[in-house]
Amino acid sequence: MTVTIKYFGLVAEAAERFEEILELDGVLTASELKAQCLNGLAIADKESVQIAVNQNLDDKITLKDGDEVALLPPFAGG
Amino acid sequence: MSRYDRQIKLTEVGLEGQEKLRNAKVLIVGVGGLGCPAAMYLAGAGVGKIGLMDHDKVDMSNLHRQVLFQESDVGRPKTVVAKERLEKQNSEVWFEVYEEPLTVDNAENIINQYDVVLDGTDNFETKYLINDACILTDKPWVFASIYKNEGQLSVFNYKNGPTYRCVFPKSTRQNISCEATGVLGVLPGILGTLQAAEVLKIILGAGEVLSGKLKLINMMQASEQTIKINKRPEEVEKIRKNGIAPVYIYCDLKNKEYWYLDVREVFEQPKPKGKKVLSIPMGDLTSRYQEIPNNQEVFVFCQSGKRSKNAIEILKNEFGFHNLKNVEGGIETIIDG
Repeated sequence: MTVTIKYFGLVAEAAERFEEILELDGVLTASELKAQCLNGLAIADKESVQIAVNQNLDDKITLKDGDEVALLPPFAGG
Repeated sequence: MSRYDRQIKLTEVGLEGQEKLRNAKVLIVGVGGLGCPAAMYLAGAGVGKIGLMDHDKVDMSNLHRQVLFQESDVGRPKTVVAKERLEKQNSEVWFEVYEEPLTVDNAENIINQYDVVLDGTDNFETKYLINDACILTDKPWVFASIYKNEGQLSVFNYKNGPTYRCVFPKSTRQNISCEATGVLGVLPGILGTLQAAEVLKIILGAGEVLSGKLKLINMMQASEQTIKINKRPEEVEKIRKNGIAPVYIYCDLKNKEYWYLDVREVFEQPKPKGKKVLSIPMGDLTSRYQEIPNNQEVFVFCQSGKRSKNAIEILKNEFGFHNLKNVEGGIETIIDG
């Protein structure tokens, strides 16, 4: 299946991209995909990064072809 | 002709709406990049009472984005300057000044005196504090945060809607301020203005309030997205039952062998862990300098490296310390992570 990943904030910075399209095999939940995407990235607190699938905040959903996944870290600046 | 004529003409406002604005009370926590433009538009719209809360003083590096302040204001309390400026803009508005930080002790009492809270803060602990106090006092709050060229915006706890803890249940140590990352002045300008718009809609009961949604804006990419968020009732219940859950952000130091002196105020975070970290706020240096080791190197830090430099001057000139070294880039440069 093909899934589009959107990166935000310091996740985008660590991944050095705002978006990428991944070809994935097998059955994968949103949080499993998050772990895969963040693996190896220099992000101190990966737990704080939230996941949205098709513009809905949800980490338990099983992904399907054509899904858009957003990885959202909290921002603090003001 | 009324100063509000141009907005009264709108069907969403009218004379009735203007009266609602006149009777409304809005608390702005943090009069910085977000709080300045928000305060100006809310004052302009004729919101009856505006609370201005900030413990900070105007710094030259604020002027590119904190549009209420001028060069001659540098060194003066932000709240006091903001009140002076805004009173000139609209003398019909009552401004209440709080030259103190929002704390676990004062949050509920202060927020209870307002209808809506506008979050202009730059740190996670105060955002969670606003969130929890708003749950307990049953007030909506308009959230915004920035990271470099990106912003997040939402309205929380609006008519029993989702709260900040429903999006980010756990806090993070990554307390990265605009000072640390850099920001173009327009971005908090945009976000603060959008926050003011949400406040006005809440007061007027008009339009679609950004509740249950998180808006993501990337100013550089000229893109935006809205994410739907759901309530996590257990997160809200926990606060209702147990009260404010203070967030303390701890961090590890890269080098735990050295002695450190933290001259920030006690509420400033993150707090480094370790036995060799002394915490003495600037104001207490002259009464507590004897606690500082004088026979080995001590690294002195604050948030940015500015106050710690002054602290070293004081300790050197008044108490003869010669073993102090300034952490130039502030706390972010000495912590691990």
